Amino acid sequence: MNRSVTAHRVRDTPVHDPLAALWHACSRDLRLAMRSKAELALIVVFFVLVMTLFPLGVSPEPKLLERIAPGIAWVAALLASLLSLPRLFATDHADGTLEQLVLAPAALPAVVAGKVLAHWMTNGLPLVLLAPLAGLQFGMSPEATITLVAGLALGTPSLSWLGAVCAALTLGTRAGSALLALLVLPLAVPILIFGAGAAEAVASGLEAGAHLSLLGAGLIVCWVFGPFATALAVRIAYE
Amino acid sequence: MGSTAWFKFASPAAFYPLAGRLIPWFAWAAGLLTLIGLYLGFIVAPTDYQQGESYRIIFIHVPAAWMAMFLYLVMAGWCAASLIWNTRLSAMMAQALAPTGAMFSVVALWTGALWGRPTWGAYWVWDARLTSTLILLFLYLGYMALRAAIDDPRRADRASALLALVGAINVPIIYFSVRWWNTLHQGASVSLTSSPKMAQTMLAAMLVMSFAAWFYAIAVALHRARSIIIERENGSDWLRRQLAGTN
Repeated sequence: MNRSVTAHRVRDTPVHDPLAALWHACSRDLRLAMRSKAELALIVVFFVLVMTLFPLGVSPEPKLLERIAPGIAWVAALLASLLSLPRLFATDHADGTLEQLVLAPAALPAVVAGKVLAHWMTNGLPLVLLAPLAGLQFGMSPEATITLVAGLALGTPSLSWLGAVCAALTLGTRAGSALLALLVLPLAVPILIFGAGAAEAVASGLEAGAHLSLLGAGLIVCWVFGPFATALAVRIAYE
Repeated sequence: MGSTAWFKFASPAAFYPLAGRLIPWFAWAAGLLTLIGLYLGFIVAPTDYQQGESYRIIFIHVPAAWMAMFLYLVMAGWCAASLIWNTRLSAMMAQALAPTGAMFSVVALWTGALWGRPTWGAYWVWDARLTSTLILLFLYLGYMALRAAIDDPRRADRASALLALVGAINVPIIYFSVRWWNTLHQGASVSLTSSPKMAQTMLAAMLVMSFAAWFYAIAVALHRARSIIIERENGSDWLRRQLAGTN
């Protein structure tokens, strides 16, 4: 069972193993992302920039800012995650790599899962690590900041999955990122509510356990159904 | 009989004349029931002792809100059928239902705003139902925008079907998350559920109006499905015979 498939640079591994396919897709996308570090930095800068705009637009009053900080951080994260979505499949679609991946014997859901994992590591994870900065900027309490980070860690992978399905559906269509925003943002409403709600609950002296549990439940649902839905969406694009 | 008889109408050639025969019945029923419902609601039903005359908008508002939610599920059902059996007609029905569903959610929001002004003192309140209906409208718009963005009709069928199914899984989650968010943010605002028990005539008027909305939706969806068939099957022999013969 040691066929070597050159199509997507899977060299000596048995391609029928889904985990191996996942790992290869993930490491390939990570390697590609590392080649354009400027683009990676752009997401982070965008996130901080959006958060900086809110005090300028609303008011610099510390009490108000502390109260709306989790919401601001989550909206900024949502917008930042939208920004990078078109690149998840579109570049591979344009140069034909994605078609090879669809035709390859490796399980497409596993390949897609690897791509989404890489997307989250290059786009979601930086936001999670950067969230304490939002806590500093807006004077949040340490407990609320930790909850915000935990909520982002649980919620951003789900955002990546929702975005992946919609990005695959819009592959090669005329309407660009505006359509993608229209598709993703309404679906992401529950994640926004539970994520921002968790940090807000802690800030007002309540428990965040219920919010975080629901975010975790959403994450599990996304990892169970996401690979198959996204793989189906990719296949539809090639019919 | 059984499933084969039903699947016969999955062919546009069999469905087209059937829909043509059914449309007048549903359209007339919708018109008649609207007249009866409006008569009952606006003239027969008593004035509400708390809200005065402004409550009468619920005879349009509530059926519209029901239909907006319900049509999304029906649409998702057709989408599931089109993905499972790969039937063209299911996708056409889903496509035909979407604008009606979006229209009903706009009507529900609009009448809700008009009712909210005298009752709550504001056109828009971040009430759980209003907010989730607004998000539902965005889901409809996303579905229609995705369809419109894809040139190949078969691909548009399947892509929008998958989107509608993801949305249908999400609709209850959105509804409950918005409700929870709402109870966390603001205390109890006036809600429809806390209004006093409805008089018999009010309930009757609302039921009649709901059936009117149902029949209207069916008639319009069938009509739109026929138009879609004409558009898509353009040039096929059976359609040319149909158009030359009956119409």
